[in-house]
This record gives sequence, C-alpha cells and structure tokens, in this order.
Amino acid sequence: MKKLLSIFSAFLITFAFSFTTANADKSGVVKIPTHNWSSQLVGAEVVGELLKMVGEKVEYINMDSQAVYQAMADGDIDLVHEIWEGAFGASYEKAKAGGGIEEILTHDAVTREDWWYPNHVEKLCPGLPDWKALDKCSEKFARADSGGKGVFIGGPVDWLKHDAEKVEALGMNFMVKNAGSADAIWAELDAGVAKGEAVVVFNWSPNFIGAKYPGKFVEFPKHDPACTKDPAWGINKTALYDCGNPASGYLKLAVNADFKNNHPNGYKLMKQMNFSGPDIDKMANYKDTDGLEVSAAAQKWLDDHKSKWEPWVASSK
Amino acid sequence: MRKFLKSNFLFIFGPFIFLWSLRYLIPNYTIASKEPHWLYIPPKSCLGGCGTIEGLIPFVDWTNNLIQFLRRYEIFGLFTFRDFTRALANYVDVLLEFTEALLHKGFVGLGTGPLPWIIILTLAIILGLYLKGWRLAMLGGGCFLYLILFSKRGIWELSMKTLAAISVSAPLAALIGLMLGILAAKRKWFHDFLWPLLNILQSLPHFSYLILVVIFFGIGTKAGVIATIIFAFPPMARLTILGIKNISSEIKEAGVMAGCNKWQMLFKVEIPSARSPIMLGINQVIMQCLAMVVIAAFIGQPGLGHDLLVRLQGLRLGEAFEIGVAVVLIAITLDRYSQALAVKEPVRREGSIFQKYPFAISTLTAIVICTILVNIFPFFNEFPKDMTISASVYLDNAIKSFTRSLFVPLGIFRDWMLIYFLMPLKATFQSLPWTGVMLLVGAIGWKLGRWKICVTVMLFVFFIASSGYWVRAMITVYMVFASLLICSMIGIPLGIWASKKENRSKLVLNICDVFQTFPSFIYLLPAIMLFQISDVSAIFAIVIYSSIPMIRYTIFGLRSVPQHIIEAAITSGCTQRQLLWKVRMPLAFPEIILGANQTLMFSLFMVMIAGFIGTVDLSQEIFRALSFSDGGKGLIIGLCVAFIGLTADRLLVEWSKQMKLKLGFKN
Repeated sequence: MKKLLSIFSAFLITFAFSFTTANADKSGVVKIPTHNWSSQLVGAEVVGELLKMVGEKVEYINMDSQAVYQAMADGDIDLVHEIWEGAFGASYEKAKAGGGIEEILTHDAVTREDWWYPNHVEKLCPGLPDWKALDKCSEKFARADSGGKGVFIGGPVDWLKHDAEKVEALGMNFMVKNAGSADAIWAELDAGVAKGEAVVVFNWSPNFIGAKYPGKFVEFPKHDPACTKDPAWGINKTALYDCGNPASGYLKLAVNADFKNNHPNGYKLMKQMNFSGPDIDKMANYKDTDGLEVSAAAQKWLDDHKSKWEPWVASSK
Repeated sequence: MRKFLKSNFLFIFGPFIFLWSLRYLIPNYTIASKEPHWLYIPPKSCLGGCGTIEGLIPFVDWTNNLIQFLRRYEIFGLFTFRDFTRALANYVDVLLEFTEALLHKGFVGLGTGPLPWIIILTLAIILGLYLKGWRLAMLGGGCFLYLILFSKRGIWELSMKTLAAISVSAPLAALIGLMLGILAAKRKWFHDFLWPLLNILQSLPHFSYLILVVIFFGIGTKAGVIATIIFAFPPMARLTILGIKNISSEIKEAGVMAGCNKWQMLFKVEIPSARSPIMLGINQVIMQCLAMVVIAAFIGQPGLGHDLLVRLQGLRLGEAFEIGVAVVLIAITLDRYSQALAVKEPVRREGSIFQKYPFAISTLTAIVICTILVNIFPFFNEFPKDMTISASVYLDNAIKSFTRSLFVPLGIFRDWMLIYFLMPLKATFQSLPWTGVMLLVGAIGWKLGRWKICVTVMLFVFFIASSGYWVRAMITVYMVFASLLICSMIGIPLGIWASKKENRSKLVLNICDVFQTFPSFIYLLPAIMLFQISDVSAIFAIVIYSSIPMIRYTIFGLRSVPQHIIEAAITSGCTQRQLLWKVRMPLAFPEIILGANQTLMFSLFMVMIAGFIGTVDLSQEIFRALSFSDGGKGLIIGLCVAFIGLTADRLLVEWSKQMKLKLGFKN
C-alpha cells in the first residue's frame, strides 16, 4: 500500500514540478513534418537548418505522408516541402480546396512515377522498355496465385494509382498486386534481383533505390491530360488511363495559410527555396548510399551547396 | 469433443449445409459474381442516400457525423468537445516536457543537460539489487550497457526518447485503469457499462483509433502517448476489478469492525488486499506500452519505433534488428523489474541509519559520485561515439544471405501451400453466405446453453455483414483461421515437448518473451523476401507472433495437471504415451482452448500489421481510412475486426469453462 502511495505521490510531484518548468508557448515554433523516405528526411532537416539561420525556431514531427495535408490545413504542421504530384497530388489538392493552405512554389525537380524494372529483366524479356514487349512475356512474371497472368507489384492502395484501370484499358495480360507499404516493394525487388527473376514494380524518380539497383521505366503511350479525362483519347476509345503516368510530375512546396503572418522571415525564405532533381537525389544518396545519419547528411548537403542557399538566407533576414 | 460433434452434428451444421447447398439453386451465389444474392452478401441499402453507401446500414456515415458534431458543436456556446480534448492533450504535453528534459533534452532554463548515462546505468543496477538481487541487477545493467555500446546510430538517444514517452504513458494508463476499475468494482451500473467497453478496446486494432486520436488530440509525442494510454489501460482496469471483487468477505468485515469509513476502507483495506492483481496490472500496462512503440510512431512519436520504420524503409535490416533488440531488452528489463516489485515484501531493518536504509544511502552516494565523475571526465557524461560499436553490417548480410540460401526450397513450399492449402481454403471461406455464418455461430452459442451468448454472437456477425465489409472480413477470417491451424500444429507439439522438464519450459517461455516483445515489423520484410507478396508471407508473419500463446497455454495446462492424478495414473500402470494422451492432454485441454482463443486475438492484431505486406482484407481498408483521415470508416472497420475476435472469444471461453466444470476443476 505504502509503495502504491509513494508511486502516486512521486507521480504527483512530477506533475507539479513539470508545471513550473514547462514552456507553454509553442506558437513561435515552425513545425516541420518528417516522413518515411530518405530524401524527405534529409530535406526536412535542411529546411529546418535554413529556417534556424533566419532566426526561426523549428520542431520536427513525424507524420503520415497522406494525412499531413489535412494537418497542415489545421495548423498542426506549418509546411510541407516535398509534395509529389503522383503520390500525394490527390490528398494535397483536396486539402488545399478546403482552405488553410498556401501554395508557395514548384521546385525545379521533376518527378516520374510508373512501372519500373531492374536492368537484368531486359535480358529475360527482350524489347523492353516498350509496354507491348512487356505484355508479350507476361507469363514470365506469373506466379502461383496469379492464374497465369503476369504480376505487377503496385504501391499501396492509398497512393491512388490507376494501374488496374491501365491494365484493363490497354488489354494487358497482367494483374496488379498492391504492396502494403513502400518497404514491401523494396523487399520484393531485393529478392527478385537476388534470384534473377522477372519483376516489374511501381517506382519513382528521384529515389534512392535507383542507386542500389539500376533499372528503367516501362514506356507506355505518352501521357496526355486528355487521357485521364476523355475516354476517346488513345488506343482504347472507350476507356480512360490508356497511357503512362506524367513523365514530368511536379514537386511542390506549400505552407499553412497563417505562416506568412506568424513567420515573416521564414516565409521570405520559403518563397526563394527551390530544389533541383540532383539536390533531391543527393539528399537521399548521402543517407542511403554513403550511410550518413540524417543530420550529418543534411549538414553535408549544406556544406556542399553554400552558393545555392546563401543568397536565399541573405535576403530573408 | 468427438462425441459432442457426433450428437449435435445436424443441429450445428444443419443450417449451414442447407444454405451452402443453396448455391446450386440460386443464381449469383458467389462473392465474385457481380450481383450476388442477398443470402450471400448483404444488399446495399438506400439508407442515407442510394448508391452512397457500401452496405446495408450506414454505420460509417453515422460515425463521421458524430465526429463532425464533436468537432464543431460548441457546448454552452463556449468550446467544442475537440477544444476540450486538445486541452487535455496539452496537460500530457506538460508532463512530457519534464520527462523529455530529464532524459534527452536537458533543462534549458536551468542550464543542465539530460541525465548522463552513467547515472542511469548506476541507478538501474542499484534498483535491481534492491528489488531482487544481483541477477536482476545484471539484467538491468546489461540492458543499459547494450544501449550505450551499440549507440553508433543513436540508439541511446532514441531509447531515452522512448523511455520519456513511456514514463508518462505508463503511469497515466495505470492511474486511469485503477480509478475506472475501482469505480466499476463499487458501482454495478458502471461495471455493466465498462466491461463490454474493455472487451471491445482490447480487441480493437490500433490503427482504427489512431485517426480519432489525430483528430481530437493532434499529432506528435503527446498523441502517441494518448494512443498508448488507450491501448494500455484496459488490462489494468480489468485486473483492478477482479482484484477488488475477489477480496474475501472476512477481510472486508474486519475493516468494517475496525470502524473504517468509505475512503479508509478503500485505501487501507481493499487496495492493499488486491495488491498482487493490481501490481500484475501495472506490469501488463508497461508491456502494452512497449508493444505500442512502433505503432505510436505512425502518429508522430519519435524514438526507437520511428527510427525502426525509417531503417526498414531503406531495407537496412541489420540496423532495424539492432533497434528491435533494444526494444526487447528494455521491455524484458521493465517487465522483470516490475514483477520483482510486485512480489517484494517490505523488509524491516534495525540499527544505525546506514543499516536501516542501505539502498537509499547507496543511491545518494552513487548520485554524488557520478555527478563528480561527470564533471571531471566528459567520458561519463556523453559516451564517446568512436567507442560505440555496431554489428548492423554483419547482421544485414547474415539475414540477407540466410534468406537467399532458402529461396529455392521455400519457393517450392510457397507454391505448394498456395495451390493446395491456402487458395482452396480462401475459396471455401469466400463462398460462405453471411446468413449461414450467422446461423452457425448462433447455433453453437445455443448449444453451449446460453441464449445470451447466442444472441450476442449473432448480432456481432450481423454488424459485420451490414456494415458493408463482409467480403473483406471473410478474407481476414480465412487468414486468421489458416494461422490458427498452423499455430496449433507448431505450438501444441512444442508445448508438449517443453512441458516435460522444468528447465526446458523456462527456456521456451523466455524465448516466447523475446518474440512477443520483438517489433513484428522487422520480420515482415524477410517474409516478403522469402515468400513474395502473397498470403503465405502474411501468414508466416502472423504465425511467428501468434504461436506464442499457444505454446504458453499448452505448457501451463500440462504442467498444472494435479500431481496426485499423475501418480494415480502411473500406479495404475500407464505408459508415458498413455499418461500424455489419456490423462494429461484431456485435463489440459480446456487451457489449450484458451490458448487457441489468445492465438486468435494475437492473429487479429498481426493480420492488421501484415497489411503492410499487401493483403486485400480489412487491414487494407483500415490503411486507406488512415491515409484519408476517415475516422468513421477506421472505427467501423476496427469494430468489425473486434467483433470477429469477440465472436470467437465468447464461444471458446464458454466452451472451455464448461469443459473445466465437467472435468471437476473449480473456477
């Protein structure tokens, strides 16, 4: 009994003590989300360091990469610096339409997300990267539970890819198996490369995985805005999605609508910040290929690209 | 069992066979057909607008409306429910500020850093000595030594972040559980309200309430802590209720005679008498908190869990493994410490102040010495990075070359499993009509002799069917069922083998502890490498985790067969084989049923995590809801999962109870 009481009194003392030490005012802190892929993690730290240089306080919060847009609109998060068109365009546009988000800029980096295979598959299936060639050797991609069809490993369902529609519209002998997470795709890929088997997975660029396992995107009929809106467009006259994904998707940066007033210096910095494709690549590679920790990788990027970011900071103070 | 089935065969399977044979009479009978007959799949209804809902009853819409109401409606025109919950979250944040400052941030205002490693290590050793002895102290010391030595990639800092969160969530969860438990033990109406709620909370998958936590409490460490509390308090409340209710009336009468008032009765009589179940509850709370480390990372809690996910993302299995070991060590250390605390009796020491309070004095001395050391040698403040080690590269290679060497045989095994076992099983489950399943579980409930159980389980099935997720729910049931079969095939023989000798049991139970606390996310990836994205890899991951209760309960059941019965059997000339199959197994069977029940619950949790591999069951829908912050959908699917578990739980527990009665066990 005494022990219980002492546990609880210790707890109460903690409670009382923490009241005196707590710093209740947190509104002055810029809250930056971190997600679960490397370039974003390093990039978030780079953004944070730059913000510190113009006199802002920052805090990193780990968060789901789809839910982050609603959180930004609600003000739980202040900025998102890597908004990928293919993966997050839908969530982002939906949250933006609801208000509370200000779009700042589109980075120079262009993104591509589509069906992708590691290089050794070219030998197994001649004629790649053309999609028709892929369809011809579909049985090489078949598995025990696919009923003779080739298997394409797609991203998680919530990434809202239209792979199944694409397969149907193009009349391919393939089935889409949705991985439950990005990790699952890499594990499949890793095993496929080790075994020398035919694998085709969903992948994007810039991405660290390209440095580990070189490969190519499958070339589908070129993307056109009409392809996803007008069934008459393209090979299949009665279906949408008879084309590849955009080969040059956007990478955007957006902030919470109150950011401008609360953090004027940070806002000026955001207006100028702009990452190129090689920037994103390097951030991921420092971490994944060179094995640096996130903060070390961010520091290395900052050290190597002084000429790029110094003007941003200088004009934002 | 055989007799039971034989005499009741038609009664139990009759409705089911009848409906299954309907498939030959009714068109569109399967789930796969475009418009299945309503006897097979519940029809879509026009409640809440035609074509807008998936199922018969728009539970999801109702829940979302309620959530919107709680977000927007201002009570007395002053504040919304959400403002209230957000304010609560800020209190949690205040507590966190303190523990975080103590363990990893340092007190900025006071100009001091976080606690140096040497102090934490020394305190752990002294506490171990105080609670039990040098063996426990070695465990605690070894745990923290591992965290320091293997801190090449920051495991020490991550562990401190995790500990900072747990040292807020565990006491709060224990406190909430204790208070609710006391109230429920005192007031019948509250007990009737709380008990079913606890049942549901304990079988609700974590992911289903994460969205609600984000909506009402925000994100970050505080949200992680709150989600952890929701997960961790039910066993505490349950054990408190049991503890207080089971106090013998003599003790209470003694309290009354001594003239206790209500509060004295509670604090001086009842809580002390219920001490051991309450302590067991605290122990459970700590273990549950550690089980949530990775899940809480999904809503922004930093620490071991978050970094584990990041390392897995880069396929760096070795590093993830090192973090996993850290989680296991912390869990086992806290578990053993709290168990030691539970059984420790107060010792009375006589003599001088040093003899009277040896541990308090040595703690103070240690802190003073350590503080001096820290200030003279920076080594003791911050362990130098270049002295840390890491085995991650070797581990990574070991894991990968191990999986690679098994590619070929396991590939054959995988295809065999898929074609001859899993795919037919899946097809069978998918052709079961919901009406048939409902009648089947109802009939079993009826047969067990409780109309209440019969009605409850039928309502559970009706809820799942009418919510619109019947097809996916059946896939979940199929995966759980397949896992249960495999778990029994592994767990029961292993349990029998381990129960033969005391030290074998100990060894196996320790291994069970390790597997139970090892973050299961880590073996999802090797599972995919071995078995590709298929049901085999999901079931493999489920089986690793869910065999544990099967093994545990089998060992427990076999070892707790009364000694006099065994001796009687030996004297009447039983061989070892007869002793096992004619005496010990039948007597242990009720426990094994309970083990199967627990295995089922574990599988249901793991099915949700196996969703990260890529299965098309309820877990996929939960992740979708999670991504789009659809709180209502997440909760309703979570309830579907919970009701699958509760249906089985109701029937299995009742069955085991009746069998125990027949075998003449009390309680």
